[in-house]
Order: sequence, then C-alpha cells, then structure tokens
Amino acid sequence: MNKILLIIQREFLNRVQKKSFLIATILLPLIFPAIMAVLVYVAIEQKKNATRETIYYIDESGYFSPDTTKFVFKRFEGNLNDAKKVFQESEDYGLLYVPKLELSNPSGIALYTKVNPSPNEIGDIENMLENRIRELKMQKFNIEQKVLDSLKTNISVQNVNLSDGGQEKTSDSKVLFGVGMACGILMYMFIFIYGAQIMQGIIEEKTSKVVEVIVSSVKPFQLMMGKIVGLASVGLLQFLIWILLITTLSSVVLALFGLEMPQQQMMNEMSQQNAAMQSQGSMEFLRIISQIPFGYMIFNFLFYFLGGYLLYGALFAAVGSAVDSPAEAQQFMFPITIPMLIAYFGLFTFILDDPHGPISVWLSIIPFTSPIAMMGRIAFGVPAWQLALSMVLLVGGFMFTTWVAARIYRVGILMHGTKINYKVMAKWFMMKG
Amino acid sequence: MEALQAQNVTKRYTNHLALDNVSLSIPQQTIFGLLGPNGAGKTTFIRIINQIINSDSGTISLFGEPLQEKHIGTIGYLPEERGLYKKLKVGEQLVYLAQLKGLSRKAATEKSKAWIKKFEVTDWWNKKVEDLSKGMAQKVQFISTVMHEPRLIILDEPFSGFDPVNAQLITREILELKEKGCTIIFSTHRMETVEDLCDHIALIDRSKKILEGSKKQVKQNYRTNTYWVEHKGKLTLSSPKYELIEQQEVEDTYYRSVVKVLESGYSPNQLIRDLTEITEVHSFIEKIPTMSEIFISLVKGGSNE
Repeated sequence: MNKILLIIQREFLNRVQKKSFLIATILLPLIFPAIMAVLVYVAIEQKKNATRETIYYIDESGYFSPDTTKFVFKRFEGNLNDAKKVFQESEDYGLLYVPKLELSNPSGIALYTKVNPSPNEIGDIENMLENRIRELKMQKFNIEQKVLDSLKTNISVQNVNLSDGGQEKTSDSKVLFGVGMACGILMYMFIFIYGAQIMQGIIEEKTSKVVEVIVSSVKPFQLMMGKIVGLASVGLLQFLIWILLITTLSSVVLALFGLEMPQQQMMNEMSQQNAAMQSQGSMEFLRIISQIPFGYMIFNFLFYFLGGYLLYGALFAAVGSAVDSPAEAQQFMFPITIPMLIAYFGLFTFILDDPHGPISVWLSIIPFTSPIAMMGRIAFGVPAWQLALSMVLLVGGFMFTTWVAARIYRVGILMHGTKINYKVMAKWFMMKG
Repeated sequence: MEALQAQNVTKRYTNHLALDNVSLSIPQQTIFGLLGPNGAGKTTFIRIINQIINSDSGTISLFGEPLQEKHIGTIGYLPEERGLYKKLKVGEQLVYLAQLKGLSRKAATEKSKAWIKKFEVTDWWNKKVEDLSKGMAQKVQFISTVMHEPRLIILDEPFSGFDPVNAQLITREILELKEKGCTIIFSTHRMETVEDLCDHIALIDRSKKILEGSKKQVKQNYRTNTYWVEHKGKLTLSSPKYELIEQQEVEDTYYRSVVKVLESGYSPNQLIRDLTEITEVHSFIEKIPTMSEIFISLVKGGSNE
C-alpha cells in the first residue's frame, strides 16, 4: 500500500512540475474566453463598418418601395434584358426584378447576383418585400397598424420546478442546455486527455525498459493503479484550479462592468427577489445561473470524472501495456472511443433536447456512456434513483475494467516485439499468474 | 544455509515450456554463473526469483525462508534490458527506486549520495538521465541495483555497454560486495567473465538444467586426460596407453603436441617418464577445458540428440 502511495506521489510530481502543466492550467481558462471575445469583437466591428451594397431594381408591378437601411437601391428604367447587360458591366452587387404581380399570389420575383448571396442578404430582401406586401394588403383590407399591434400578444412561459419540499425554482431550459453542453464537453475532453496520458506514460515505461526494474520492486497492479490514481489527482488539481480561476475572474469581470456588488451577495439578493422579477435581460440570466446548485453540480462532475476516468483509464492502460509505440496504439484506441463518441454525439442530438427521454436516461445509466450523458442531463434535474443506479453501475464498471486491464497489463508490460491483436490480448487475460 | 534453493521449478507459457523441473542451489557469498544460450529460460528463472512472474510448480527459498514479498528488498536486480526514467533527474531517480525497495526517504537520499560520491559522479545529481551517455546511465543503473544493500544481487549481462575502464570498476565493486557477504548471480554468455569471476555455475539449456557445481568441480569432471607437450624433434607414438592427437611445429625442430591418455590408471607422471625416453620434453601441461569449451560441447551435444 505504501508503495502505491510512492508511485502516486511520483506520477503526481512528474506531471505537476512540468511547465506544460502550469501553462495548460493557468492559460487555458484565459485563452478560451479571450479567443471568444476577440471573435465577437471582430464580428461586431465588421458589421459596423460594412458598406451597403448597391442593387438595381426593375419594378413592373408599381408596388415596390425601396427600404434603404440595408442596401442602396437604384431604379432601372427599361426591360430585364437591358438591365442584365448593364448590370454585367457594372461593379454593383445585384439586380432585383419585380414583375407584375397579384397581391394574393406574389411570384416571379428574382434576384440576379454575380456571387452567391448569403442567407442573411436573401433574408433581408425577402423581409423587405414581405413587409411591403403586408402593408399593401392592410391598406386593401382597411386595417390600421394600431389594430394589428393590439392583436399581437407576447407571452413567455416561466418554468417553475416544484420540488419535493414545496420550494419553487424558476429555470430556463436554454441556460440549462448551455450548462449541460459545457459539462458534457468538458467531461469528454477530460477523460480523453487524461486517459491518453496514462497510455502514453505506460508506453514510455515499457519502451525505456524501466518497467522491469519497477516490477521487481512492486506488483504490476500497484504500478498500474499508482499511475492511474496519480494522474487522477493531477486532473482534480487542475480542475480545482480552473474553478478557482474562473470564479475569481468572473467576479473581477462583473466588477469591471459596473456591477459593484460582489457576485455572491448579488446572487443572494436576486434569489430573494425571485418572484418580483420580470423575465427579461441579463439579470434574468444571472438569476437562473445563480439557481443552478453549483455544489451539487461540482460534486457530480467530480464523481463522474473520477468514475469515467478510472473506467476508461484502465482500458487505456491495458492498451498502453500491450503495444510498443503510440502509433501501434491507434488501432486499439478506436474501439475504446466508440462509446465515448456515442455519448458525445448523443449529447447534441437528443440528450440536451430531450433529457428525460428513454435513450437519454439509458445512456446516462450505462457505465460506458454515463459520465458524459449524465453531465448533459444533470442540470435539468435527474431523479434520485437514476442517479444512484448510474453511480453504482459506474463504480461496478470501473472495478470490472480495472480487473480486466490488470490481467492484460501484467503480461503486456514484459512483452516486446510481439505482434498484438485481440486474440493475443485475450490469451494474456486468461494466462495464470 | 544456501542463499537460494530452487526445487523442481516449472513454468509453462501458452505454447512452450520455459522451465522444466529446474532445481538449483546457490551457496552464500559466492558469485554464481547462470549460463545458457538465448531463450534457454534464464530470464524466466530470474523473473521468478524477482517475483515478477510466478512459477507453475516447485518451490524457491531465499536464505532458508520460502520466497515471499518481503524478499523484494533483499534482492537487487539489474535486467539485461537496461532502463531508467529518461525525464527524471539522477538523484530523484535513485531515491525513488530505493524507496520502492523499501528504504525510507532519508536513508534513500543518504545512500544514493554516498554511491554517487563513491563513483565520483557527484555533478550528475541534477542531470536528467536522457542527458547522460549510455555508459553513464549504466553506472547509475548499477548504483540503483546495489544501493539498498541487497543480500542477493542478480546481474543480467552486467558488462554489456561498459568500456573496459568502467567494466573494471564494476568488477571491483562486485568483488567488494562479495567480500561484504553478498551473493551474486551472473547471467551471461561471456565465458571469460565466468572464467575470471564465478565460483559456481549452472548451465540451462532448452528449459532444463544440464550442469551445476563449483567451477573447479565442473572442470574436474570435464577433464579429458589430455596434455600439452612441448618437445624437440618430431614424435611418432604408438602405444596402447596414449595417443597423439595433434602435432604442430612451433619453430624449427620444436613441436607442440596434444597427447591423450587412453588407459585408466596411467598417471601423468608415468606419461612424462615414458615421453622423456623418446624425446626431449620442454614443457608439460594438462589441457583443462575452458568454460567456453564445456559450454559449447554440452549445448551442441544436446542439440545433436
């Protein structure tokens, strides 16, 4: 037992003392928001500076009245063929042709362009035409704009969860969707990155031949577990640093943007004012965020990270022990990643859309997919029995994969230059001490 | 009490028998040569002693006790395929490996510093192993093998990768360790090493032990009653008691011959006496087989069966 601790300590120090760990841990939470901010900034600037394109138009209907907020319109007198010729020679953007048309069935309108227009541009022009025709129709039917406005009603349903204790909690499925997606993706990346590191570490030990010295001092199982647990502790440390960094950063950012109250206090106050608040704007968003039980989320994230990591880590360890080089490992990694990919794509296709549907529920219970699937669902609220079943199965799952992996590992690490396939691995698995 | 006693050790892999009923006993404070061609089963036997793998049947005892987990610290093992953590510094590496053998952090640090000093390589302490030359890394590995003061040291091809100067240094260390009471197992193909250093040997060929004993005894057993004779003038012998196997001219009229005694009970003294009758004898030496010759004849003989 003492020796496992030694190995854990060694693995932990090996990784944490590296510069790359420091860079990844501290810079990653800064780099992603920075990239996003730059992109958003560029997009806004681009929109601001965009010059309006010029569009020629031929109006045979007499209905068209150009709206010049988005485009510059130039009327062309003459027939379509002449217009096309002139347009071809010009450097202008497009030629809009509005034929004679009936208001009840406006058809035959066409836009000629030299390049393919973006969906936005087409949409703008369609909107403009639709608005104009609606206006004309309203005149025809003698409807005033005021009447029409009063017909329009805006309803947004406030979703209130009634929990067992009778407490009411407002939620917004869009925010939950985002939280679920973020958790699921983070889980996928974490398991993958750390799992691959286990594999790489084992291949290194094997190719540098140091493994024979080590297993003459400790049991192969101790070495494997020490490595897996050591890396897990690195992962946890990294995760905790990220949480710390993100909370500090977001507090700083909120303070900078003029919200003078400390975040914590603000959240408290907002939850008190729950009922009174109207559902609009960024305050609402913050309020909903504040209602997500972060302690509960973090606990579950850590549990599923550890569980999923141990489950897959053991499999990665088995692959690492069997092969002689990372290149050789590729073919065996593919089958391992399939369940993870299923959960990952499931996250986007149905888990987040329908978190309580039967497939979502099952994916979040089966150990191989549950870490990612459950993280997608958890913000939406998961019945206790499902969570409990999923957790128990996950624990059982990683004990099973660890057992299988250990049997392959103890033989694999001492084998060099063998041609590996699944049959050989099965043979190792069956081999007695 | 023997340092190591193996009885009927058998190990079968899926499609071949690696060790077939091997029994060995290694006396304390000796240098024991474990010989055999590649693939004979030496590494399997060594791995079983190191508890890296388990035997299928048979027993092994170390210093009178059945082999068990606590013996890990009693053994120092230098595998044929050398290896250290490339990214780890020499000091950290030595301390870690010694800790795995059961030393406390403090003791491990003290011991590794002492050895580094003894080998006059103190300035390596903070160097990464990947920055060392092959010979330097070998020295570090040797230190890691012996620094926890094992009573049984297993060295698999210990001299491969060493230049003559370092090989001599290691030889001196090995002899010193033996003086201090260590038992050393050498697994090697280098017969000159065996000839120079080993007290006892065992030969394993195709999973079976085919020879065991003290070097002296083995040589005694493989005496062929042949003698080198240097003499003046060409010899022509015809006697039922001995025969001339080979004759070579060394320089004019001086010859060296190999004479084999055929009749049992016919002593070397009698042979000399008879030879002086017919020629002028300049030297007379018994032709004792070298370990290499014994090794080759046994392994070849086996394969002709």
